[in-house]
Amino acid sequence: MKLNKATRFALFSILELASKPERHLSATEIANKYDISSHHLVKVLHSLVRARLVGSVRGAGGGYRFIGNTKRITLLDIVEIFEDIRQPPAEHEVADETEIGQALSQIMLEIDEITIATLNSISIETFLKTMHYYQQELPQTTS
Amino acid sequence: MLTESQVRIFCDMKKDKLPNTAESKILKAEESTLIRDAVQEDLIEIIKLDAQNTGIEKDDYWQAAFDRFGNGESGFFLVAETEHHVCGYILGEVRAWEFGSPPCGWVFALGVHNDVREMGVGSKLFDSICLHFKETGIEKVRTMLARSDHLNMSFFRSQGMRGGPFIQLEKNVAD
Repeated sequence: MKLNKATRFALFSILELASKPERHLSATEIANKYDISSHHLVKVLHSLVRARLVGSVRGAGGGYRFIGNTKRITLLDIVEIFEDIRQPPAEHEVADETEIGQALSQIMLEIDEITIATLNSISIETFLKTMHYYQQELPQTTS
Repeated sequence: MLTESQVRIFCDMKKDKLPNTAESKILKAEESTLIRDAVQEDLIEIIKLDAQNTGIEKDDYWQAAFDRFGNGESGFFLVAETEHHVCGYILGEVRAWEFGSPPCGWVFALGVHNDVREMGVGSKLFDSICLHFKETGIEKVRTMLARSDHLNMSFFRSQGMRGGPFIQLEKNVAD
């Protein structure tokens, strides 16, 4: 699954800020750390402020900080601010109505359901607490 | 040197002095929860707790589970006890070589009473069963959940569990 750029920037920002909630970071500091466009990031941060997940303080020593509930906010909550991953594609083609088209749609739905359940099961707190497990090698597939 | 009863009294006094905040309630619950092997007498409370969480009372299932796993030989059937009542349970066994899977610990039931949610009871149960698995030489623990079971999925994720190399499949065999 490929998340759009704004969603990925939001996830990086939220997880970075929530890792030290008492700390303020500027958009430039976050952008530099993740090598992303600060211009684009500012727009993303404004959306997060509107969603009441991030607070902003102007002036020296100011910046952005995480103000949400790390136990309650999940990765899905953040993703859904920027894209609707629950909805099937808007463009509907005649081929989708065929037997093959319908079966393919069911398989895509199966994948989407797993994606949604996974993102919804990982809170910010769980992510930060367990992210070191993901730095280990991925499990081997069996035959 | 303090005797065991003196230590218990000291700990109780310390707990009583804690302010009645959410954190102190969690601390009290964590300290007063005992994890032990299930006994036959626990089944009434376990069945009630399971029915409360799932909406289905399954007397026969739990009796059969106790008969099979209650002796600690075929698996592990643990309960969390607080103030002489069962407030949680966990059930698991070691499974081996299912479609090439080396021996692993398998958790197939977990329940915690609503009144002690988010107080570390589930974590204590999970840690305890993992310790039992580890003692048998097991290096991995697995479970299977409904995709819609947000509560348990979030819990197991918070314990460091993640998607593994196996996938669950099913087919309708009814006409």
